[in-house]
Amino acid sequence: MGYTMIEKIFKSHLVRPNDEVKPGNIVWIKLDVRSARDFGGANVVKNFNKYCKGDKVNDASKTFFTFDCQAPANTIPYANNQQVCREFAKSQGIKVYDVNAGIGSHVLIEQGLAVPGSTTVGTDSHLNIMGAVGAFGQGMGDIDIAYAMRHGATWFEIPPSIKITINGKLKYPAGAKDLTLFVLKEFGSAGLLGASVEFYGEAVETLSLHERITLSSMATEMGAIVGLIPANDAVVDYFKQRSKAGTIDHVKTDGDAVYTKEYTLDITGLKPLAAAPPSPDNVVEVDKLKEIKVDSVFIGSCTNGRFEDIKAAADIVSGKKIKGNIMAKIVPATGEVYQRMIETGVLQTLFNAGFIIASQGCGGCASGQIGMTGKNEVQISTSNRNFDGKQGDGKTYLTSPVVAAYSALNGYISYE
Amino acid sequence: MKDRIIRGRAVILRDGDGNIYNNIDTDQIYHNNYLAITDISLMGQYAFGNLKGHENFHKTAQKGDIIIAGRNFGAGSSRQQAVDCFTALGISLILCESIGAIYKRNAINSGFPMICCEDILKLAAAKTGVIKDGDTIEVNIETGAIQKIENGKATAIGKAAPFSNVQLDIYETGSLFSFVPPLN
Repeated sequence: MGYTMIEKIFKSHLVRPNDEVKPGNIVWIKLDVRSARDFGGANVVKNFNKYCKGDKVNDASKTFFTFDCQAPANTIPYANNQQVCREFAKSQGIKVYDVNAGIGSHVLIEQGLAVPGSTTVGTDSHLNIMGAVGAFGQGMGDIDIAYAMRHGATWFEIPPSIKITINGKLKYPAGAKDLTLFVLKEFGSAGLLGASVEFYGEAVETLSLHERITLSSMATEMGAIVGLIPANDAVVDYFKQRSKAGTIDHVKTDGDAVYTKEYTLDITGLKPLAAAPPSPDNVVEVDKLKEIKVDSVFIGSCTNGRFEDIKAAADIVSGKKIKGNIMAKIVPATGEVYQRMIETGVLQTLFNAGFIIASQGCGGCASGQIGMTGKNEVQISTSNRNFDGKQGDGKTYLTSPVVAAYSALNGYISYE
Repeated sequence: MKDRIIRGRAVILRDGDGNIYNNIDTDQIYHNNYLAITDISLMGQYAFGNLKGHENFHKTAQKGDIIIAGRNFGAGSSRQQAVDCFTALGISLILCESIGAIYKRNAINSGFPMICCEDILKLAAAKTGVIKDGDTIEVNIETGAIQKIENGKATAIGKAAPFSNVQLDIYETGSLFSFVPPLN
């Protein structure tokens, strides 16, 4: 009997090589990347010092801090927490991707650290974004990460694997975010709970890296452990240029692998979608929301903060002005994204249209550096969560960058 | 050895319509306003601070209470505080239909007991359920047996999925750090 993708990744990382890899079994897995953000990071250090005082981390070269939550810190507790991490990192010889780097998960991809087939853990609940490059990523709490840093391995219960084949072609103005919301609509927030999902089909295989990131980033909202997309040649080439690893492998599921469930979806004729409050799986067609006026727009996040996402918005607003008093905000995912915005003129275009451009990172979602909403405020956000109270007292609709940009121009939810 | 039978007062998390809450996320459990706090003893006061109808949970909760909720409890972020706030209040167990993936690890790794029961929505349903708010119930984490205690008499009312070996081992010692890989 063959193995699914998650089983193959786990099999190549077993602490005990003879462990039986099948769903439900608990195995100990070696971790290629162990990371902590400024969010949770100080608690990781606290736990490390509580349980392993005086110890060295298992392998400093595989251990990283990535500051993205409050970058730079705008509260004293966060500033203190970041400093705790910096001092610990210095004493351990750990590299810190500091407040100018950007969203940690994206930085780990850009730096060629989380390569296809690898295992990455960190304190970011969207770390399963690594599924976008055919790798395993798991967000964890601070006890888990302190342990991972100390020992370089941890336990996992092997999840069941679900295969989702998505046929059809995406047609503008629908894009990867609409595809992602479509999947959320189909399965809800718990329909894939605890599963390793593998995505196949024409609609998925043709996605480029930034689009794969959008889909895999919301595996968390689908309740899945990870949403794996087998790396294509373009993804492998990306890492060949960026990774210090000798070879980059396509991890492919075995032909006779056994899935718990298999589903086939078709996105032919898909129109732009939005997740209405109060949950990411409350998905409706944008056409049904056109009466809704918009007060603020946010484009960014680990789901839609790549250069291509921001450029898509810039192309729409180029030479135009956003409507009235709408507050429109851009947060590039990383410094690399920001740099491309500068080099290509995208930054100027957005600025001229009236957008606020914030520094790279998680500022639109994490701690509300630019993201809080007031009572009755309606926000269009390209991020991944719209739970009550998460981004303030207002109402947040999750959409693609295309819908966000048109909504900023028109003053109501729209895509043309 | 820690007690493998947990007894406590049932505290059922219902929404405004009386239905058991599903998908309670980590911002509802422990809002991101308080993430900079690292001292567990300060976390209890924020438990369910953003869950409609349960904002005063920290005042009404008693040591030993068993929280009952629906599916996907603890969806969302990786914040350990969302588990630790219940440790701070002395909650003895969370009994729910299913648990968010990261939350489940966080609970297991800190030795905080959580157990899943497929039938919990039925067992604790508003009018028809056998478990009422305030009832004394008992859960055997090794076998999964759920009992209701009335007038000193125990009645079997349902079954939860027993703890896995890892979960039991860590629960026993109270910390993942009691173990060093590779394990036998």
